[in-house]
Formats: sequence, structure tokens, C-alpha cells
Amino acid sequence: MDFAMFIALLAATLQLATPLILGSLTGIWSERSGVVNIAIEGIMLTGAFAGYTVAEQTLDVARWSLGPIPGNLLLGVLAACVAGALLALVHAFWSLKLRTDQIISGTALNILALGLTAYLLRLIYDVGGSPKLPSTLPPLFVWNLTNSHGETISAQFTPIMLLSLVLVVATHLVLFHTPWGLRTLAAGEHPTTVRTLGMSLDAIRYTNLAIGGAIAGLAGAFLTLEQVGQFNENMTAGKGFIALAVMIFGRWKPFYALAAALFFGLADASQVLLQTWGIQIPAEFLEMLPYVLTLVALMGLVGRTRGPAAVGQI
Amino acid sequence: MAPAVQLKGIHKIYPGVIANDRVDWTLEWGQIHALLGENGAGKSTLMNVLYGMTRPDAGEIHVDGRQVEIPAPSAAIKLGIGMVHQHFQLVGPLTVAQNILLGCEPRLGPFFHTRKANQRVADLADRVGLPVDPTARVEQLPVGMQQRVEILKVLQRDARILIFDEPTAVLTPQEIDELGAVMKRLAQEGRALVFITHKMREVMAIATDVTVMRAGRVIGSTTPSATSAGELAAMVVGRPLAPVAEVPARLGGEVVLEIRDLHAANDRGLEALEGVSIDVRQGEIVGIIGVEGNGQSELVEVITGLRKASSGQLRLLGEGIAGATVRQRREKGVGHVAEDRLRHAVVTAYSIADNLVLDRYYLPPYSRNAMLDDRAITRNGATSLERYRIKAPDARTPVSSLSGGNQQKVVVARELDPNHRLLVVSQPTRGVDAGAAEFIHDQIRQLCDAGAAVLLVTNELDELMVLADRIGVMFHGKIAGWRVRGSCSREELGRMMIAGAGSGPLPGGAA
Ligand SMILES: Nc1ncnc2c1ncn2[C@@H]1O[C@H](COP(=O)(O)OP(=O)(O)OP(=O)(O)O)[C@@H](O)[C@H]1O
Ligand SMILES: [Mg+2]
Repeated sequence: MDFAMFIALLAATLQLATPLILGSLTGIWSERSGVVNIAIEGIMLTGAFAGYTVAEQTLDVARWSLGPIPGNLLLGVLAACVAGALLALVHAFWSLKLRTDQIISGTALNILALGLTAYLLRLIYDVGGSPKLPSTLPPLFVWNLTNSHGETISAQFTPIMLLSLVLVVATHLVLFHTPWGLRTLAAGEHPTTVRTLGMSLDAIRYTNLAIGGAIAGLAGAFLTLEQVGQFNENMTAGKGFIALAVMIFGRWKPFYALAAALFFGLADASQVLLQTWGIQIPAEFLEMLPYVLTLVALMGLVGRTRGPAAVGQI
Repeated sequence: MAPAVQLKGIHKIYPGVIANDRVDWTLEWGQIHALLGENGAGKSTLMNVLYGMTRPDAGEIHVDGRQVEIPAPSAAIKLGIGMVHQHFQLVGPLTVAQNILLGCEPRLGPFFHTRKANQRVADLADRVGLPVDPTARVEQLPVGMQQRVEILKVLQRDARILIFDEPTAVLTPQEIDELGAVMKRLAQEGRALVFITHKMREVMAIATDVTVMRAGRVIGSTTPSATSAGELAAMVVGRPLAPVAEVPARLGGEVVLEIRDLHAANDRGLEALEGVSIDVRQGEIVGIIGVEGNGQSELVEVITGLRKASSGQLRLLGEGIAGATVRQRREKGVGHVAEDRLRHAVVTAYSIADNLVLDRYYLPPYSRNAMLDDRAITRNGATSLERYRIKAPDARTPVSSLSGGNQQKVVVARELDPNHRLLVVSQPTRGVDAGAAEFIHDQIRQLCDAGAAVLLVTNELDELMVLADRIGVMFHGKIAGWRVRGSCSREELGRMMIAGAGSGPLPGGAA
């Protein structure tokens, strides 16, 4: 494999890994503060829907643009983040205020999101499904390379894809190097400490969940506004759950989670690789890979890694 | 000068109990004020009211002469009140400096200023004479050091009124002496200290004033110099405690537990037991003492099946049990009073009655035709409630709403069962009052007389001296030496604990 191929594969990997990176960050934000969040899938799906719908509905209104990014898409991304944060706050309210079991609350939200987006999709766009947007988020930069056969290969780096890397760094910095991060870790490890020091445990947890929710919403926007340009029923297809595995695989640490997400992304991208090597494997088999990896990772790791000590405790 | 704290008519009712019954109480500057009382007397409740963790139903709080409202700990902290809690409030994976400065962090732009934080903590530690390593991770510190972090945390917030809720329960004798010195120094600087404990020796050595509570009321105040440890204990319990009869050390019968050259690792993978050999015989109480972290906890865990030995032998009545599960061991007659009751001994969300059958719920009469018999379980609970004087409205009360000492009584009631052949008893009286401790000691002795073998692991020299027939001192994962009751002094044992010295031959050890 030459350099050009390598870069192309890297870009493909990163693209496939983006929802997983963002989703695992969502998990890290909430679990580090002590709240189990298995609603990542549902939040992502909601973000994807809200992002698409707003972008589609404002197509004719928001004719301005910010640099290369059309205004309607920007509004869509914002809407996805807001929708994600709101849904995460519902989870927070159920878990922290109503003391619902956090797994049940998360499951309920996943089911709700699946049903509600499908219903609204039909309500707004009828049976025909969602029309394709005229444009998706354009790449911020394109790297044109020539491979050994003299063909041009271009690796595209799109906004949310790059933003996900920025968010990994930001999450790391906030969690481990700021006062807010210390308080978050304390809330996840030993919540009564936070209370006895006269701080509000709820304030910490609601905020962290909302931030996490916004990030999952962004992952949804990535799917509809950066990749597909359309909304399909259940288009997250389990990515939110794989992100959960990525979080565990990454031991609740942003950089480890990034590595884990890239590993999963590579499993996906390897289709390209295998084809260039001329190895023929049924596509269905390759599509299965991330899910199998998730199972294997969880089997090998659960019980051996330790998450925040007080996760799930109120 | 106005008193540091004046509580007037503090009243707090929990379902079924009056935890504080119109309590009037005054704390002066410079005092080390011991708050004594039986388990469930209302001491923690009263202090939680002062620290804003519990809202009283009625009553006034005056701090430094001004009437104040304390709806939350943040208000207490603002008033200069600090509390060292019965259960430490520390975040294990964070460093000492991060724990101490949590909530009032030094910043560098948006970031936590690590260098400044470490410096600030080092300065504080220097100023108050409590040396710590600011960069150490708290979970890796011994308990005594963790408590020091708690104290620094309170002092960092400029607390002038300090509440210590049973600070000595988890400390070794040496650490208790150190804590006493620190408390005296803090009081000399003009602060006001509250000190809750069940050990009269400490009251006599540390406190300047004493208030005794019973059933939610203040029943009297005095000073240590005007009374004696015996009188104080009688005041707390409401009856004179019988002096402990001097019984000669017993010689056991057949060997019940045989431990040979036992090795095991601790949680961090380091060698915690480095070749321990002990025999515990029928009808004898073998005591084990040592400074925290010398392998006592691991020894107990290996015997009871909570931890795997890496090598060595473990036999119960001649039968190897090293590979047996916890339940198999229990069915063979091993009882275990666990050191950390909240983690290993009770399910706090369950009722007292359910906790009392945790090791036998699947056997008749508690289980019939694969169904639990609630009536049998509750009846059993009610019997124990009375026998052990557990202070609760009824046996269906969840363990979470019991006072610390009463939770301990639940554990002891379950484990001190006449059917057990071997009792592994770790810190059996941690947090229980003098009367209950006396009762628990009697129970252990009776079971032993009836033929049980007892391995007693404790931090308390006094307990060891009245109960154990033979005393082994653990040091660096080994038994450093054995002593027979009656032929050794507190000081000698204390020295052996610190230095591991005085080993000599092993009289009656694993001979
Ligand atoms: N959260 C609660 N809910 C119900 N009852 C409670 C609660 N907290 C305390 N109580 C009851 O109030 C009474 C006083 O409890 P408190 O914890 O103040 O006792 P204490 O004097 O500190 O005892 P100990 O020496 O055992 O710690 C007890 O009977 C206890 O069962
Ligand atoms: Mg108490």
C-alpha cells in the first residue's frame, strides 16, 4: 500500500469512526459524572432527525452562508445539538429527579426516539420519505494525492469529522485539567463528597448530561447533514450502542476512546483495503465486523476495566 | 466572648423515632467537647443538623452569638463549620491536593493550577503540622493518612468549628494518639472541636468537656477531670458496666482452622501475605493485631473466601478449603463479621430481617417450596432485634436508616450463630457503644465456651486484651510474634506493631 492509499484509508476510517468518537464522548461526559447513559443511540437518532428537518425546512429561508457552509446546514447542526441536549436532560430529569432506574430511562428514550422520529418523518414528509438535501456539509479541506498507478485519490476532511477530534482533546482537557472536571470526577466517584463540600451534585450532573447530549446530537447531524443528506428510519443502526462499547474499550478516557473508535472504524473501512488486495469476502460478512468486535471487546473487557465508582448511584 | 455554637431546642423526628428531643447544647471556643451516647442516641443527627445535612423540625442554631439558618453544608462552610465524617468523604482516584481543594480550586486561566494547588496544600500542611504528600493518590494512602487529608480539607476552608464524628473508629492506637495531639493543638489555637466516640479512654485523654446523650436527649454534662472512665461509661449506658472477670488464657482443643505458609496478593497485586501460619483451636480466641495494611484484611479475606491465596494451605477441621466458595465455607460452619460492614456485610436497602438471613435465606424455615417465608424471616428478625437491642421501630426497617452502631449489631447478630464452628471476627465492635460492646464480647466468649474457634482481628488493644487468649502481631505480611494474654502489656504490643520487633520464638503459634 502506498502513501496515497494510506491517507485515503485513514480518511475513510476517520469518517466511519466519527459517530463512534462523538458517541463515546457522550458516554464519557455522563458516566464520569455518575449517570449511566445508554440512550446515546436514541439521542443520536433524534439529533439526526432534528438536524435534517431544520436544514430541509430552512432551505429557502437561510440563504446566507458561513464560509463554505450553507446557512440552513448550520442551523441544522445547531438544532441537532439542542435536540440532543434536551433529550439528555429528559434522561437526567427521569434519573435524578424521578429516580427512575437509569438503564430503564435510557431504554425508554431509545424506544421513544425510534418511534417518534419514524412517526414525525411520515407526518412531515409523507410516505415518500425525506427528500435529499441539495448539498451536505462540504469538506473543509481536500487532500489530493497520486497513487503508484498515477491515479488521483482525494481524501476529504469534513467539518464534523474534524470537530470530533477537537472535541476529544477538549473533553480530555476539561475532564482532567479544569476545576469543573475535578468536580465531575468527584461526582462520579464519590457523590456524597460533592454534597458535603457544599456543591450541587445536580448542577454538575445536569450540565454534563446536557453537554454529552449535544455531542450525540452532533453525531446525528454528522449522519444526515455531512454524510447522507437525508433521514432514514433507524439510520443510526446501533452506532450509539457500539459507541458505548467504544467508551468501555477506551476505559472512560477520551484519547483511549478515540483509539478504540478508530479501530472500529478501521474494521469498517477494511472493506476498501481488502478489495485493493483483491481478497473477496462477502460484503455482509464485513458489515458484521463492527458488531462482532463489539461483542468480543465487551466479553474480554467487562469485569476487567473499572468505570467511575459511583455510576448509577443517586 | 459568645459561645462558638449554641443549639436551642433542636428537635428532629424520623418515622418511628425521635432522633433529637429538644436538645439544648453549648460549645465554647477552645473546647474539645466529647459527645457521648449509646448507638442511636442522636449524636450524628445533632451534628448533621449543625452541618446542614439534616433539617431539624424545630429549634435554633446560634453561631458565635448570632442566630443562623443552616439549610445546606455550603451555609455551614461559610460560617466556618467543618466536619470530618464518620465515613470518609474522599475521591480515591484524585490526588491529595485535588481532594483538599475540591470546590475552591486555584486556577490558571480555565485550568486547574496543579503547581499552585500542590504548593498551597504543602504550605497548609506545614502551617498546621500535618505533613502529607500533595501529589499522592488518596486511594493509595493508609487510613490514618486519609483522615489527615479530611482534616486538612476542613482546615483549608478556614473552619473554626470542627466536628469529628467517630474519627477514631478506623484508626490504630498509634494513629489515635497522633490524632489526639492534633486535636489538642487545634483547640489551643482557639478553635472549637466536637468529638464523638464510644471509647472512654480517648475521652479521658483528649476531651476537655463531655456531654452525654440518651434517646435523643442531653442527660448530662461534665469534664473528664471531674469523673472517671467507669463513671462516664455508666452514664452513657445507664447502668454500671461489670468489670471484666480475669479468666486465665484458655488452651484450645482440636485444631479447627489450620493455616500453613499462606501467601496472597493485595488489590494492587503486591504481596500482602508472605507466609502466614496459624492454628485456631476449638474453644479458644486467637487475636490478630497490626497496623493497617500489614496483611490482616487480606488474611481474613482469604480465610472467608473473598480473596484467592496464591499459595499455602487452608484447612477447616482437617479438610482443605482453599478452593471452596464462600457459600461452601459458610455451610461448613464459617461465620464472618466483616471489617467494612457497608461493603461486605449488609445490603442497606434491605430490611433488618432480610439482612439477618442473607446467609441462610434458601434454607428452611426461611424458604419453603422455593418461596421465601416472610413471616419466618420477620419473626427471626424480631427476636434478634430484641436480643441485640437494635434500635429500630421494627424488623422491617431498612438498614440504611439505622445509626452506624446499630448496623453493626445487625451484622453481629447474623454472624454470631451457635451453629458456626469457626468465627472470623473483624473489628466486631467498630462504632458500637460500650454497653453493646460488652454484650458482643460476652456473646463471643459464650460461643467459644460452647466449642467454636474464634479468630479475632481488631485494631483495638483494649478489646484484644480482654478477649483473646493468644495474640499474634502482624507485620509486613507475617506474624511477627505471639503473646499470651496476661503476659504482655499494651506498650509491648504497640511496639511490636510498629517495629515488628520482639518476634522471638512462636509460643503456641503454628507449632
Ligand atoms: N435517615 C434516617 N431515616 C430514619 N431514621 C434515621 C435516619 N437517620 C437516623 N435515624 C434514626 O435516628 C436515631 C438517631 O440516629 P443517629 O445516627 O443520630 O445516632 P448516633 O447517636 O449517631 O448513633 P451511633 O453511635 O450508632 O452512630 C436512630 O434511631 C436512627 O435509627
Ligand atoms: Mg453516628
